Amino acid sequence: MAEHLLEVRNLSVQFHTAGSTVHAVRNISWHLDRGETLAILGESGSGKSVSASAIMNLIDMPPGEITSGEVIFAGRDLLAMSDDERRAINGKRIAMIFQDPLSHLNPVFTVGWQIIEVMRIHGVSADAARARALDLLTRVGIPAPETAMRKYPHQFSGGQRQRLMIAMALALKPDIVIADEPTTALDVTVQAEVLALLGELQKETGLGLLLITHDLGVVADIADRVVVMNAGEIVETGTPDEVYHNPKHPYTRKLISAAPGRGEMHEPNATGEPLLKVENLCKSYGSFTALNGVSFTLQPGETMAVVGESGSGKSTLARALLRLDEADSGHAYWKGRDLLKMPAKELYQLRRQLQMVFQDPTQSLNPRMTVYQLISEAWVIHPEILPKAQWRARVEELLTQVGLSPVHAERYPHQFSGGQRQRIAIARALALRPDLIVCDEAVSALDVSIQAQVIALLDKLRRELGIAFIFIAHDLPVVRDFADHVMVMQAGECVEVGTVRQIFENPQRDYTRRLLDAGLDPDPRVQAARRMPSARVGAEVG
Amino acid sequence: MGKKMMRRIVSSFFSLVALVVMVFFLSRLTGDPAALFLPIDATQEMLDQFRELHGLNDPLIQQFGRYVWDVLHLDFGDSIRKARPAIEVVLESFTWTLQLALITIALVTALAITIGSIAAFRPGGLFDRFVSLVSLVGASAPDFWIAIVGIVIFSITFGWVPTSGTGTVWHWILPVAVLFIRPFGLILQVVRGSMLTAFGSAYVKTARAKGVGNRSIIFVHTLRNAMLPVITVIGDQAAAMLNGAVVVETIFGFPGVGKLMIDSILQRDFNVILAAIMVTALAIFVMNLLIDIAYALLDPRLRT
Repeated sequence: MAEHLLEVRNLSVQFHTAGSTVHAVRNISWHLDRGETLAILGESGSGKSVSASAIMNLIDMPPGEITSGEVIFAGRDLLAMSDDERRAINGKRIAMIFQDPLSHLNPVFTVGWQIIEVMRIHGVSADAARARALDLLTRVGIPAPETAMRKYPHQFSGGQRQRLMIAMALALKPDIVIADEPTTALDVTVQAEVLALLGELQKETGLGLLLITHDLGVVADIADRVVVMNAGEIVETGTPDEVYHNPKHPYTRKLISAAPGRGEMHEPNATGEPLLKVENLCKSYGSFTALNGVSFTLQPGETMAVVGESGSGKSTLARALLRLDEADSGHAYWKGRDLLKMPAKELYQLRRQLQMVFQDPTQSLNPRMTVYQLISEAWVIHPEILPKAQWRARVEELLTQVGLSPVHAERYPHQFSGGQRQRIAIARALALRPDLIVCDEAVSALDVSIQAQVIALLDKLRRELGIAFIFIAHDLPVVRDFADHVMVMQAGECVEVGTVRQIFENPQRDYTRRLLDAGLDPDPRVQAARRMPSARVGAEVG
Repeated sequence: MGKKMMRRIVSSFFSLVALVVMVFFLSRLTGDPAALFLPIDATQEMLDQFRELHGLNDPLIQQFGRYVWDVLHLDFGDSIRKARPAIEVVLESFTWTLQLALITIALVTALAITIGSIAAFRPGGLFDRFVSLVSLVGASAPDFWIAIVGIVIFSITFGWVPTSGTGTVWHWILPVAVLFIRPFGLILQVVRGSMLTAFGSAYVKTARAKGVGNRSIIFVHTLRNAMLPVITVIGDQAAAMLNGAVVVETIFGFPGVGKLMIDSILQRDFNVILAAIMVTALAIFVMNLLIDIAYALLDPRLRT
């Protein structure tokens, strides 16, 4: 048997926390060969990142403990080496790219310094390191590399920052690059470019790429082999095609069936008096135009999805409609009355009809309040809705409605998983019997299987309670499953509005088409066909 | 940045004016300096003459107008007690205080940052626990008690250092040491906490993945990020010292501005009080300006 570039054998890692031990990974084995892309696919808590942390010596011990296993690289066990020996390998022979490049780049040093540093600590001369850094910046498509060297991370866009990370990882021509969710924080069009860049660089250098992801689309796009992980164990290994079309393990099957974007599309047919009619909404922050003449109508019980990339004005639209920010001009008629001109007192009464669910339930739920307090707080503010004697019963009813149990009422948010917390946030929004719920990326932070459940819940509420939704999202497949109408936004303007079928099957505008093309399909065959004509890389869009 | 500075300068100017107005009138409420200054058996004539000489017979508002007019011409009046220009008296003691504060704060900063950073690197370790104990004791120890115990042990029992006064290097040791303890404990805690947060941040993970060594992770990658909250506290502590370390100055007979202010208040030496307040206020203003500049130097995100 030929020797592998990197081989993980029987690795087990535990984390000891107050009173309990978490088995992060149990007895996992996999290998990576030169020139190969291996994807480790899993949801949060599956342990997919743990082996990478073990390879890079990033596990804090304590609380972590490696209880068994070896990591064989170049004939030696990394886990048996001294810290100094491992430091000599990190960055030089095995490099790593992280998920969120803004927080993973040091904010107070120039990017030039940070790229040069990795070469300097591994013994490259200052002049050579500088020259190489300039080459790298050019190679990864950063405009004006000389100037870019002197800039700080916050002065770049998200996609550019990830390119900088890639440049840093490639500086010393490593044998292996580990990429931990490298495109999760990026817009779809940028994601496509970054993945293409990684693929190209791999072909050029023949490095082994270990890709850690939760996204079947990313696997379909660039992986040669995939390892599927669940609850700290490897459940399945194979080529993306085998795993997708012939999954053997029930967990893999569940994961694949949860992938959004393949259900029946809605056929909206409501007519009559609109619930909300937005006309010509404009909002600027200084010289920056965040919203420019946005108009749409929304019928009761329907969902308007607002899609677009970061900075397109989606969230500003939501904030303006809820009057969290005041719009500069335009109208928003709520059941015929202009929301934007409403005096404060009336607006206060109206607030209960308009509710919002935010992206990150960990931050939007007060950690020191019980679920009962969180949900009933709405009635403290609007006491006319429900007499206090009925609060308990109604909270229990709401919890049941969102798929939780009445016994959860006395618990605190931290005792729940991410998906459950989002259900609590939805229950809180429902407490006021709203007519419209604005969801700002409400399912983006959730795992695919949880995402599917939350979307199903929202759709049930829409059908049963006749609640209308404004659904802000960047993830098109999710939108396809849930929306009645879709509005595509770019740079504060509405590019295109139509029913979900019109937008997905017959987009009229280039930008919409580009957005749809950049999305990744979980089916490797579909994705391969899609990739063919558009294998391009270069300066970032926008 | 420039705009922010401008706004700060303007607002500081108005604060200073308000302060001067308040101190001017409140200090006059304390009574007549003539009664304190002249001997107990002074005649009415002598009192009147004294008052006339120092313009204390004019209506208050007129006295105030004259004072403002003089100050605008950089004349801060004379000290009644010392019969010298008040500003001269104040600057003399302020120089002492400034030296004391600078030496102390420099020592505090250097030691607190080094020790705090190392302690935070292995939280819960032996060194960390020892340092936490020391800083807790330091931050909560009453300085007058430390000062007196210090004198008893080091001056009286061992006779290593003088009990009070100025003149030689040895005279500085006890005042600096006593002044050092509390800010050291406080800043150490802040450094430790701030460094702990910074060690947990994502860019440290990146640095480790690059193969950066521990020393560079502590003193290059993390320290600069962790410095922002620390600088705020250092600034507060330095400002407090510039205002005069009253207790320490009094116990060690150190001729600083804090002691001068207390003495002037007791003696109703109004011009000295006002001049001292203006000088220390200006020093604190400069101090804050330096902190703002330090912020911008440390964190490029604030340079807009």
